[in-house]
Amino acid sequence: MDTAGHDSESTASDTQQGLTISRHRLTTRLTHWAWAGALFFLILSGLQIFNAHPALYVGQQSGFAFDNSVLSIGPVRERSGEVRGLTTVFGLSFDTTGVLGVSGPEEERTYRAFPAWLTLPSYQDLATGRVVHFFFAWIFAAVYAVWLVGSAVNGHLRRDILPGLADIRALPATFVAHLRFRFEHDGRYNSLQKLSYGIVLLVFFPLMIATGLTMSPGMNAGWPWLVQLFGGRQTARTIHFAVMLLLGGFFAVHIAMVFAAGPINEMRSMITGRYRVRRSAGRGERT
Amino acid sequence: MSAFQLNRRRFLTAAGVTVSALPLAGCDALDGLMGTGSSVRGLLASANSLTYRAQRLLVPADRLAPEFAESEIRQGQRPNGSTDPGDATYLALKQEDFAGYRLHVSGLVERPLHLTLEELRNMPSRTQITRHDCVEGWSCIAKWSGVALARVLDEARVKAEARYVVFHCFDSMPLGLAGSAAYYTSIDMVDARHPQTILAYGLNGAALPVANGAPLRVRVERQLGYKMAKYIRAIEVVADLAPFGRGRGGYWEDLGYDWYAGI
Repeated sequence: MDTAGHDSESTASDTQQGLTISRHRLTTRLTHWAWAGALFFLILSGLQIFNAHPALYVGQQSGFAFDNSVLSIGPVRERSGEVRGLTTVFGLSFDTTGVLGVSGPEEERTYRAFPAWLTLPSYQDLATGRVVHFFFAWIFAAVYAVWLVGSAVNGHLRRDILPGLADIRALPATFVAHLRFRFEHDGRYNSLQKLSYGIVLLVFFPLMIATGLTMSPGMNAGWPWLVQLFGGRQTARTIHFAVMLLLGGFFAVHIAMVFAAGPINEMRSMITGRYRVRRSAGRGERT
Repeated sequence: MSAFQLNRRRFLTAAGVTVSALPLAGCDALDGLMGTGSSVRGLLASANSLTYRAQRLLVPADRLAPEFAESEIRQGQRPNGSTDPGDATYLALKQEDFAGYRLHVSGLVERPLHLTLEELRNMPSRTQITRHDCVEGWSCIAKWSGVALARVLDEARVKAEARYVVFHCFDSMPLGLAGSAAYYTSIDMVDARHPQTILAYGLNGAALPVANGAPLRVRVERQLGYKMAKYIRAIEVVADLAPFGRGRGGYWEDLGYDWYAGI
């Protein structure tokens, strides 16, 4: 597998003449935007659902008479009478007043785990949060099925997602190149891209669907092995939340990389499929 | 529940609105669309019918919810919702330890019943250690004892056109600005006849406490807590849920919660 190196002249400017190739197939583009939309609604309605009982536990049940909590968010009244937002993770407490536990304008504080601007709807409404969440959960899962079948058939999965031996060998060099803000623009996914997309698509997404199903009492009867696999409904809920945070982290890096790699070219490739690659000078050389 | 009301125009409208609203993080702009009564809400809520059908298709009717060992009962059953009803009839019954209690079974049955607690306790009983999942997100494991609802229904001889079982309760819950409404909810005949669906009079080896729904509550182990009505006054077998409350099949359902709570 050959890798295109950087033409030092072309890194200086995005407008440099280049070859336009077809990079993303229709399935990739459609599923990408369907997921982007669905995840927006899923995460914000998910935080609404979390707010109804803002604590996470390990095991089958929630400890009220014993402590198996790993995270909790809530308002705490201090001796002075002041109410502060407290977030406790693995026994360590942090003051998160203003964002978590207590939020809203100073004169009109609301006591809720995640603030209004991070939940759908903005006000406290578990019923609506659930309705929105399950509608988009169906879309998310359906799109995943389309992507999985489509990508297996058109070769996207094998070619671009599953890392090969060459990708694993190239990983350290690609990592260093990224740290120096040097990105390959040959139209193919580099080893870091393969790794991160592979983890998101083949680990995080199925994990979200599986832990979501594990919280369903109906599916606990239908597929009891699922709840056994995760070690309990409350553990599944905790994993569901943790993977949501990881997906949020992926989103932040993903957007940063789009900007770093040239937002216009990247956006065009994900909308029209066309992507401009650098001139092939310097092929085979890695700088 | 009603069939899917998905047509192309509604879908496209909703999809268009959805996409155009995407950049509006902060989301107050989306609040109105999702409120009960909006057509977008109707479309979103239709996913519940899909979930209901999918689970009925995937999960055999008699498949049991997981049961647990005694050692997994690590705390008392957490009471939720009403915990001490103030209804006059209920208070009078409670005062005499529910000696005058009658469970009324009516509707689409050939033989309406009026059962005392004693009669219910003398029927074959079932004890199960199960996990109670609240819609809020928490879970709690407890041991429940009672008589299978299927057994009571058989005694009453359910008519062929029956589709749902409605539970009418003693406790009142707030509804509207100053009003209140008696708690009620409903399940389909599949869950009504499920072996673990019991009318429970016992909790963790003792009589069911008032906080947990004395004298009688239903356990519907493959659904969430709000389907497991407490303080049951009467059971009505029906073909249609429209005549009750706001017509959505339950107190919480009338307030916008999904009718099928297996998820």
